[in-house]
Amino acid sequence: MQLTGTSVPVLWRLARLDFDPVRQQRVLLYPEGVVLLNDTGAAVLDLCDGRRSVADIATVLQERYHGDVTADVIDYLSRLVERELVRVE
Amino acid sequence: MSSNHPTTLLAEITHRCPLHCPYCSNPLEMIRGDGELTTEDWKRVFTQARQLGVLQLGLSGGEPLVRSDVEELATHAHALGLYTTLVTSAVGLTRGRAEKLREAGLEHIQISIQDSDHAVADRIAGMSAVRQKLSAAAIVRELGFAFSINIVLHRANIDRVGEMIELAASLGADRLELANTQYYGWALENRNALMPTRAQVAAAADVAEGAMRRHRGRMQIVYVLPDYHESYPKPCYGGWGKHYLVVAPDGRTLPCHGATHITTLRFDSVRDHALGWIWEESPAFQAFRGEAWMQEPCRTCPRKAIDFGGCRCQAFALTGDATNADPVCTLTPLRTIIDRALQEAEGPPAYRYRHMSLQRERR
Repeated sequence: MQLTGTSVPVLWRLARLDFDPVRQQRVLLYPEGVVLLNDTGAAVLDLCDGRRSVADIATVLQERYHGDVTADVIDYLSRLVERELVRVE
Repeated sequence: MSSNHPTTLLAEITHRCPLHCPYCSNPLEMIRGDGELTTEDWKRVFTQARQLGVLQLGLSGGEPLVRSDVEELATHAHALGLYTTLVTSAVGLTRGRAEKLREAGLEHIQISIQDSDHAVADRIAGMSAVRQKLSAAAIVRELGFAFSINIVLHRANIDRVGEMIELAASLGADRLELANTQYYGWALENRNALMPTRAQVAAAADVAEGAMRRHRGRMQIVYVLPDYHESYPKPCYGGWGKHYLVVAPDGRTLPCHGATHITTLRFDSVRDHALGWIWEESPAFQAFRGEAWMQEPCRTCPRKAIDFGGCRCQAFALTGDATNADPVCTLTPLRTIIDRALQEAEGPPAYRYRHMSLQRERR
């Protein structure tokens, strides 16, 4: 599945975001797996609410990170789509 | 060698189990009920595990539901913020217990299925459990758990892999683990009877690959490779004492559930030590961290960064020396051991069933 600006990503039903106080780090938990998230990864996933498109997410993050992040968002989410942790509507 | 935070704890809360599967990964010498940790012991272990950085907890066995405190343990784990999986045969998973586990905050249930052919399933399990499994699957689905099915593949069922995938899909599984038998414990004992032929393995891999594409987005299919049929060993749990730990029913703590094979190591118990000390300091967990222990060809092999020399338990079980390369690797002359096993695995299967009364016989 090719991700574009109009794709609407949503977390896999079985995955949930959490904060790990031991590592002081955001994490994505799902059956039999853990992804330790960096700040930008967590920021992207926080915006994957099943309503915002990739372009919407990039717009929000653009203000935070001062620059066009669309390619980075697509790249990051594509890897999670490949691992079936993010689904695309 | 320093340690990092573990992510996953497999709590084998009991070895007791109504099933007798001849590929069980439990050791041949199992712990009896009166040797198991208490409820309070397990709660302490989970608390210490979370403090150590563990995020994933597997409540496993044996059949964990033979213990009446699973609900209490799940409640405690949930309060700690652990993502908890119940690994069960589904025997004993009544609606009442499933509802209590849901209330306790248990997130994920994994049910084993032996075969889509009921007669073969009964023969493998050594009992008739199919009806209970099917009804439990419906309850798990209905109550909204994350739902996995695990099917161990071996010579007698691997030809039905397509049928079994469709069975899992029809039961509404979110995830399906198709696990080619790994030869430890009872499976090693029964290796000749369980080992599929090369042709069977190749055909099953094709079917699984097609199914992964077809079910993508609905049912995630995880295909655990048959390592004897591979050219390189598996990177066992990302390296010894790196991410994963197992606590056996009696409290002995292992870097992998097959580690009791390694009789030259002594595994410390949570009865005597804090889990943090065992993880960070105990000799068994230090034994194969990093690369200093490696022999040739691993020591100078670029693949050591990929597979860490393979599985220590398999190296010990098959060569008697846990510092050898995993004999699965085609870069070691030890590979002849695997090739011989593949050759020997002809002829009709004769299972030695997992059974606790065999414990005395082994002594």
